[in-house]
Amino acid sequence: MEMRDFVVRFAGEGGQGVVTSAEGLAQTSTQAGYHALTFATFPSQILGGPTWTQARISVDHLLSPGDDVDVLVAFNQEAYDTHKEDLRPDGVIIFNSNEFELEGDPRGFGLPVEDLARATGNNRAANMVIIGALAHLVHMPQEFLEEFVIARFTRGRAGDDEIIRSNIQALTSGREHIAESGLDLGDLAPAVRPDGQQLMLKGNEAICLGSLAAGLEVYAGYPISPATTILLWMERNLVGPGKFAYQVSSEIESITTLLGAGFAGKKAMTATAGPGFSLMSEGLGLGWIAEIPLVVVNVQRGGPATGLPTKTEQSDLMACMYPAHGDVKMPVIAVGTVEECFFGAIKAIEWAERYQGPVVLMTEMSLAERVQNIPRPDLSKVQVDARKVYTGDNGYRRYAGFELSPMPIPGGPGAYMANGSEHDDFGDTTHLPARHVQMTERRFSKIKLLEEDDYEIDRPEEAIVFMPWGGSKGPALEAYNILKEKSVPVGWCYTMYLNPLPPKLLEELKQKELVIVPELNYQGQFASILRSQGVKAEAITQYTGLPFKVRDLVNRVTEMTNSRRKEMVKA
Amino acid sequence: MSKKNPEYDFKWCPGCGDFGVRRAIEFAMIDRLEETGLPMENNVVIAGIGCSGNLVHLMEGNQPYGFHGIHGRSLPIAFGTKMARPDLNVMVVAGDGDFLSIGGEHIGPQAARNLNICAVIMDNGVYGLTKGQSSPTTKLGEITSSTPYGKIEADLNPLELYLTLGVSFIASGFSSQPRPLAELITQGMEHAGFSIVHVQSPCTTYNDTFEQLKGNVKKGIEPMLWNIPEDHDASDKAAAHDLLQQGGIPVGVLYNDESRPSLDQQVEQMWEKARPQSVEALMDAFKF
Repeated sequence: MEMRDFVVRFAGEGGQGVVTSAEGLAQTSTQAGYHALTFATFPSQILGGPTWTQARISVDHLLSPGDDVDVLVAFNQEAYDTHKEDLRPDGVIIFNSNEFELEGDPRGFGLPVEDLARATGNNRAANMVIIGALAHLVHMPQEFLEEFVIARFTRGRAGDDEIIRSNIQALTSGREHIAESGLDLGDLAPAVRPDGQQLMLKGNEAICLGSLAAGLEVYAGYPISPATTILLWMERNLVGPGKFAYQVSSEIESITTLLGAGFAGKKAMTATAGPGFSLMSEGLGLGWIAEIPLVVVNVQRGGPATGLPTKTEQSDLMACMYPAHGDVKMPVIAVGTVEECFFGAIKAIEWAERYQGPVVLMTEMSLAERVQNIPRPDLSKVQVDARKVYTGDNGYRRYAGFELSPMPIPGGPGAYMANGSEHDDFGDTTHLPARHVQMTERRFSKIKLLEEDDYEIDRPEEAIVFMPWGGSKGPALEAYNILKEKSVPVGWCYTMYLNPLPPKLLEELKQKELVIVPELNYQGQFASILRSQGVKAEAITQYTGLPFKVRDLVNRVTEMTNSRRKEMVKA
Repeated sequence: MSKKNPEYDFKWCPGCGDFGVRRAIEFAMIDRLEETGLPMENNVVIAGIGCSGNLVHLMEGNQPYGFHGIHGRSLPIAFGTKMARPDLNVMVVAGDGDFLSIGGEHIGPQAARNLNICAVIMDNGVYGLTKGQSSPTTKLGEITSSTPYGKIEADLNPLELYLTLGVSFIASGFSSQPRPLAELITQGMEHAGFSIVHVQSPCTTYNDTFEQLKGNVKKGIEPMLWNIPEDHDASDKAAAHDLLQQGGIPVGVLYNDESRPSLDQQVEQMWEKARPQSVEALMDAFKF
C-alpha cells in the first residue's frame, strides 16, 4: 500500500547526531517536494543525556509530529528500551551496530554507522548513512538525496567536491546495506511539490524574521532555554545604524532596557522563558502604567521555577495575561504554528505600537525547536500601523483623557514625565481618587484598539466546539479532521488572539453548550479564562512535558461530546 | 513641572540636600543648552524611587523629558534610552538605597560597557521616604528605625565601589555647593562614557549630617569633606585609590579615564564588521 506519510524517531545520547539526522532527513525530503515537521526534546546538558528527535515526512501539509513511529533509529540500548513502545507493531528499528547489538526483536536491523562513514573517508557523513537507509525503506529515489547533498555542500570551497562525493557514497552504502535485510515499509506516495517558494525554518527563526519585517529596532535579551536562539540571531542580524541588539545582565535588565527604548520611540522586543518572565513582572506593570510600547516573547517551557527547561508546556497563560501586581491585563497573542510565529511576531509589534503598551507573544518549546516548511511570506502584504506620535508644541498633557493619545518622543516637542506612579495628565505623581479612576479607565480602554475580527471557525452550527490555543493547535486540528471524518458532532474554533479575544468569536463561544479546550497544563488555564468571560469551557489537560497525541485528543473529545449530548438529551 | 502643580502633593522636607542637587542639575542643563544650542527636550532624566526620584517632578523652568520608573532600575532604563537614541543627553538621578542596594547589580555591567550617561547620586545614608531605615551607606553601629540595636553591617564606600567596578568618570560633590556641583555634573555629562557624580545630600529629618560634613569649629568638629588637591592626576587610578585611603570624603573629580570608547562609539565601530541585510535576504537563508 502507498503511504502518505512516515514518521522516524531518532533516539540516543546528546552529541550522537540525533538532531542533525532528523533535520537532515527533513531537509532532504522537503528538497524532494515533501512536507516535513520535526519535534525535538533535549536533556538540559551539552553532551550526553538521553535525547530524541522525531521527523515526520508527508505528501500533505503537516500538523503534528505523528503519534506512531514507523522507524526507530536507536543509537544505544537505552534508546531502544525507552522508545520501543511508540513504534508501530510492523515498524522497523535501525540500530547503530557500532554501539550495541539489539537482540530479541525481529524488527531490528543493525547498521554499522561509523564503520560505513569511515569507509567513505568522511566520519561526519554518518547521518547520511542513516538517511540513505531510511530512504530505501520507503523507496525514495536516490537522485532526490543526491540533489540535496549537492545543494547543501556546494559552498564554493576547495573541499566541496570531496565532501559531496563522500556524502553520496554514505547515502549509497546505507541504502545498499539495508537492502540486504529485506526490510520494507512500502512506497511513499510521490511528492506533490507545494506551489510557490517554501522556507524551512524553526519557530524561533520565524519570530526573528517576523519581528524584523515589522520594523524591530531594539532587542535586549538574556540566555535562557528555549529562547536563546532568538537572542543569538538578533545579535548577528539586528545590526546597522539605528539598530541595537544586546545581551544584558538579567531579565530585569531586558525589560527595563525595552522600557527605555520604547520610551525613546523605538520598536523594542525581548524573548525569554518562564523564570525570566517572572523577573519581568514589575517592568511589565511599569510599561502598562507609563504606556510604553514593547514586546515580550515568552517561549514557554515546563515550570514553575527552573521546572523543565527543555520540555514543552502551556502553563504560563495566567502569568502572561496577569504578569504584574495591580489592575493589569496584558494583551496576549499565542502562536500555534511555525507560520503563525512569523505573523504573530508582526502583530505583536504592531499591537504594542497601536495601543502604546506592552504585548506578550506566547510560544513554546515544541514550536521553538520545530523545523517545518512554510510558504515564503509575502512581505509586500505586511503592513504595520505606526505609533501615533505627538508633533505639537511644548506644554503637552500626555496622559489627558480617557483614551489613547499621541506619544511625544524625547528630542522632540512635548516633554513629559513617563511615570510608574499614578499620575496626572502631565505625568506628575498624584494620589487623587478621580485621577486613578481616569487613568485606570484610560489604560483599559486602549485594549479595545486591539480587537481583531479574524479567527478560524468550522461547522458553526454545532453546539459543542473544540478550541485549542497556542502550540496544541497542530495535534488538535489533526484530531478535529479525524473527528469530522467520523461525523462526531463537534465544531472547530481557533484564534491566536487570546486577549482581547476577537469580539465576534467570543459571542459565538458564549452561544455554545460546551467549548472543549486542550491545553498542556494542570489547571486548564485558558478554559478558566473563557469561563470568566461567560463561556461554558472545559479543558482537556496534559502535563507530561510533551505535546498531545492526536489519538488521545480524538478519544477524549469523542467521550466528552457523547456524555454532554446525553445530558443535553435528558435536559 | 514648570509651575506649581496643585495635584502634585510631594514635598521635600525643609533644608533637604536634594534642593541643592536639583539646582545644580538645572544649572548644568541650562549651561548645556546655552553651549550646544540643543533644546531642553534633548535631555532625558531617568529617576529611581525615593525622595531623590521626585527631583524630576520638581525641576523648574523649561522641562526635560523625565522617566520616573521603578525602584532600582534607573540605570537599565537609561541604557535602553541611550542606546536607542545616542543623540540624547541621558541622566540618572537616584538615591543611595535605590542605586546601591536594590539597583546595585546594574552598576557593574554599565561600567563594563562604558554607557555614555551621567548618574547623579544623592547620598543621605538613609531610606528617607520609607521613614528612616538603614541604607548601604549608613554608618556601622548607627541606630535607625530598621537597626534598633545599631547597624551590624559594614557601611559601603560608594567611591571605592565605582573605582573597583571600572566607572570611567567619578566625581564627589556636596549639595550645599550647587555651583561647584553643577560644574562636576557638566563634566560628567560631557564625559564620553559612564560618569557618576556622587553627592552628599543630607536628610534633615532622619540623618542630618550637615554638621559632620562641614565641621563646626566651635564644637571642635573636623569637617569630613575636603577638596581634592588641584595637582591630583585624575587619570591615575592608583592615585584615586590613594585619595580614598585618606579618610573623610574628598570633593572634586576623583577619577577620569578618557582612554576608553563609550558603548555607543563601540557599537558604531561594530557596524564595520556587521553588514545589515534586508528581511528578504535574511529569508533567503531559509529557502531550499
